[in-house]
Amino acid sequence: MNIIYMLLVISVIVALVFFWAFILSVRKGQYDDTYTPSVRMLFEDEIVKDKDTKKKQKTNEQLK
Amino acid sequence: MENCFHCGDECRATTIVHHDKSFCCNGCKTVFDILNDNDLTYYYELEGTPGTTPFLLEGKFDFLGNEQIASKFLEFDEQGTQIVSLLIPSIHCSSCIWVLENLDKLDSAVRTSQVNFPKKIVRITFSSKKTTLQNLVILLSRLGYEPYMSLDDASEKKPTVDRSLIYKLGVAGFAFGNIMFLSFPEYFEVNEFWLERFKHLFRWLTFLFSIPVTIYSARDYFISAYKGLRSKILNIDVPIAIGISVLFVRSTIEIAMDWGAGFFDSMAGLVFFLLLGKFFQQKTYAFLSFERDYKSYFPIAVTRLIKNDISKIEEQTPVYHLEKGDRILIRNSELLPVDAILINGKALMDYSFVTGEAEPITKKSGDQLFAGGRQQAGSIEVEVLKPVKQSYLTQLWSNEIFDKNNQSLFESLTDRISKRFTLSILSIAMIATTIWLFIDSSKALNVFTAVLIVACPCAIALAAPFTLGNLLRMFGYHRLYMKDSVSIERLARVDTVVFDKTGTLTTSTKNTIAYEGVVLTKEEKSMLTSTLRASNHPLSRSLYATLDNNDIKTLDDFKEDVGQGITGTINNHKIKIGSYGYTDSNQKRRERQTRNKTAIHISTDDEYKGYYIFFNDYRNGVKEVFDKLGKNYKIIILSGDNDGEKDYLKTLLPENATLLFNQRPEDKLNYIKEQQEQGKNVLMIGDGLNDAGALAQSNVGISISENVNVFSPACDGILDASRFKDITRFLSLSKKGIKVIEHAFVFSLFYNMVGLLFAITGNLEPVVAAILMPLSSISIVVFTTMATFFLGRELKNETAPS
Repeated sequence: MNIIYMLLVISVIVALVFFWAFILSVRKGQYDDTYTPSVRMLFEDEIVKDKDTKKKQKTNEQLK
Repeated sequence: MENCFHCGDECRATTIVHHDKSFCCNGCKTVFDILNDNDLTYYYELEGTPGTTPFLLEGKFDFLGNEQIASKFLEFDEQGTQIVSLLIPSIHCSSCIWVLENLDKLDSAVRTSQVNFPKKIVRITFSSKKTTLQNLVILLSRLGYEPYMSLDDASEKKPTVDRSLIYKLGVAGFAFGNIMFLSFPEYFEVNEFWLERFKHLFRWLTFLFSIPVTIYSARDYFISAYKGLRSKILNIDVPIAIGISVLFVRSTIEIAMDWGAGFFDSMAGLVFFLLLGKFFQQKTYAFLSFERDYKSYFPIAVTRLIKNDISKIEEQTPVYHLEKGDRILIRNSELLPVDAILINGKALMDYSFVTGEAEPITKKSGDQLFAGGRQQAGSIEVEVLKPVKQSYLTQLWSNEIFDKNNQSLFESLTDRISKRFTLSILSIAMIATTIWLFIDSSKALNVFTAVLIVACPCAIALAAPFTLGNLLRMFGYHRLYMKDSVSIERLARVDTVVFDKTGTLTTSTKNTIAYEGVVLTKEEKSMLTSTLRASNHPLSRSLYATLDNNDIKTLDDFKEDVGQGITGTINNHKIKIGSYGYTDSNQKRRERQTRNKTAIHISTDDEYKGYYIFFNDYRNGVKEVFDKLGKNYKIIILSGDNDGEKDYLKTLLPENATLLFNQRPEDKLNYIKEQQEQGKNVLMIGDGLNDAGALAQSNVGISISENVNVFSPACDGILDASRFKDITRFLSLSKKGIKVIEHAFVFSLFYNMVGLLFAITGNLEPVVAAILMPLSSISIVVFTTMATFFLGRELKNETAPS
């Protein structure tokens, strides 16, 4: 059962890692704005699509 | 009627069809063109009609051309890279986020731009070699995203965000979770071999985890309790601080002496829940500011005229640098930031926001002008009399009420309860200990500490934050944005309601009510509408909007005399519309009737006909609000305007109401002070700078705003003007909220009784405490949330039909 010492050390370390990650995320301002990223996340693909269609149009024009 | 593709407004007289889409104005069309040319039309796919009509005044951002001023806005400026954060009130939907974050497609100088939606701020990184801040701001304005830039932003650096509560909460939560895991095996207290071996290690680990909770997370409670005791107040933090320290000391002794497992789990949980309540109460409206003074209203810089021997030079000068004797230029619809003498041009100053006077005032060359007025007719040149900080208006802010350290002591409901609570707990502890000294003296100390532990008023301390926090959110949802939860508690105690008139009871637009005089013939009516149509004056516009469409003819001649009136000629018939002196110079008798009232006089072919009277448009539901309030509150009207509408107001008001007119800002402040000295709790509802003193002095100051994003003076709450008629509901809801807190107190006292039974009989096991404490906290949270939700539904039901 002495393995419990090791398990305790590991569990505390894991907990501390998450705690450190939390502090870091707060310090970096991740919780300052919790709304905008949720909207921004949905944009990314659309911009690429826009660019693609533009490129296609241009290449079409060039082909003509 | 078609709606504008860009902004969604109805396309009225001028519909512009462009790319098979209709636009209400050229501004909207231009924005569409800009976006279309840059392949950004996805803007319109994200949300329907997302735009805002751009409204750009020529030269409005000229001050940014002065590098010294521009640099005050920059967060970072080195090696050709500049970073700026701009507050853009018109950000309102996901399309806005999208287009603002794709600014780099519109201007190659922009490297990145990031929107913070709740704060309505866009942070732009751009290359200062390719563009300037001024160009960037103008680009944003052309898109309908005009940044809000004020003297306030330029004069001081923003304070850094205080995140200590989140850290404290994080530490407490982290420790609470880990301590729970480590103390869990001992809850069942089986005398098992392995547990016996490891429990000491577990206990010392929980001790280690609880050190940061006591020292760091719970620090505020010790500080607050100490401060309270020093000023001889038994606030709620006193029993909490006692509870926490007793918990920590007793538990440490217990595990050191190997008497038991200690109460570290309960302690960490207690602190965690308390901080959670604090966190919940901290609802802030990031996009609103409750601390604004005249600085946010004033321009940052004005055009100063410097006379050389040869020519006049115009220069952008920060308003703080203005000195006596400087000549400055004020353009149409610009704000005059200093007291000055008019040198050139005709001044038509609108002081409604500053003094409450509804009428713009005409001034001639040589007259004195006061700071805060907005010029309404053409450019004027003035000479500075007093610098910004010494002007008549800004002197109001030297009143002691604006000294921020001067916070009035407010005894909240929780504080009042906690006084009796603390005393009775201490006496119960004493009595129980004395009794036990006779029965079994070894257990006496045990009982004493147990009472203090179990009586720790976690549930009481949570009742107010959760109830008021919920109400705060609910009020915000219904567009009354309160500064903090204490203001809601103060609102519940109000017994006197003071209203300002101009801008508060009335809207900023005006409506004609009546025509008096000789009846106009059909031909004259046609001339009237045709002439009004040609004028851009606000009064002409509103009169034109109310008249029937009497077949409009083309004018043969049209003349506008700024500040006087307009003249139109059709088929050798002349019509004059404007001030009394302009339309008719022979008679004098009618003037008396229309004094103190806004009127447009009309004469045709030099014969006086009559006048249209304009009345201030009162907000919807003013009468209802007065009727309802009159039953339970004393109503007072304090107006900076003249008493022209006294008779009309009297018909709206209940009989016992007080009306006072011609009140200067200091008069309003002093009047409220007097009322408070008579023991009244005053709610002030106002809107302009002239109410700033009264708003600060009153127990609760609410400022009304047509658009909550634009300037409103420092106050405790900002109410959207469209919700004016709900004032009575907000008041009654705050009262009901206090009832909920009282019920929650009874509820939590019951828990304390149960806990005390265990404590007094000397049976308080760690597992009992560990169950009882979170249970009482959670049930209080559930109860207050349910109760406020129920109250909130009432608000929704009542407002829904209108």
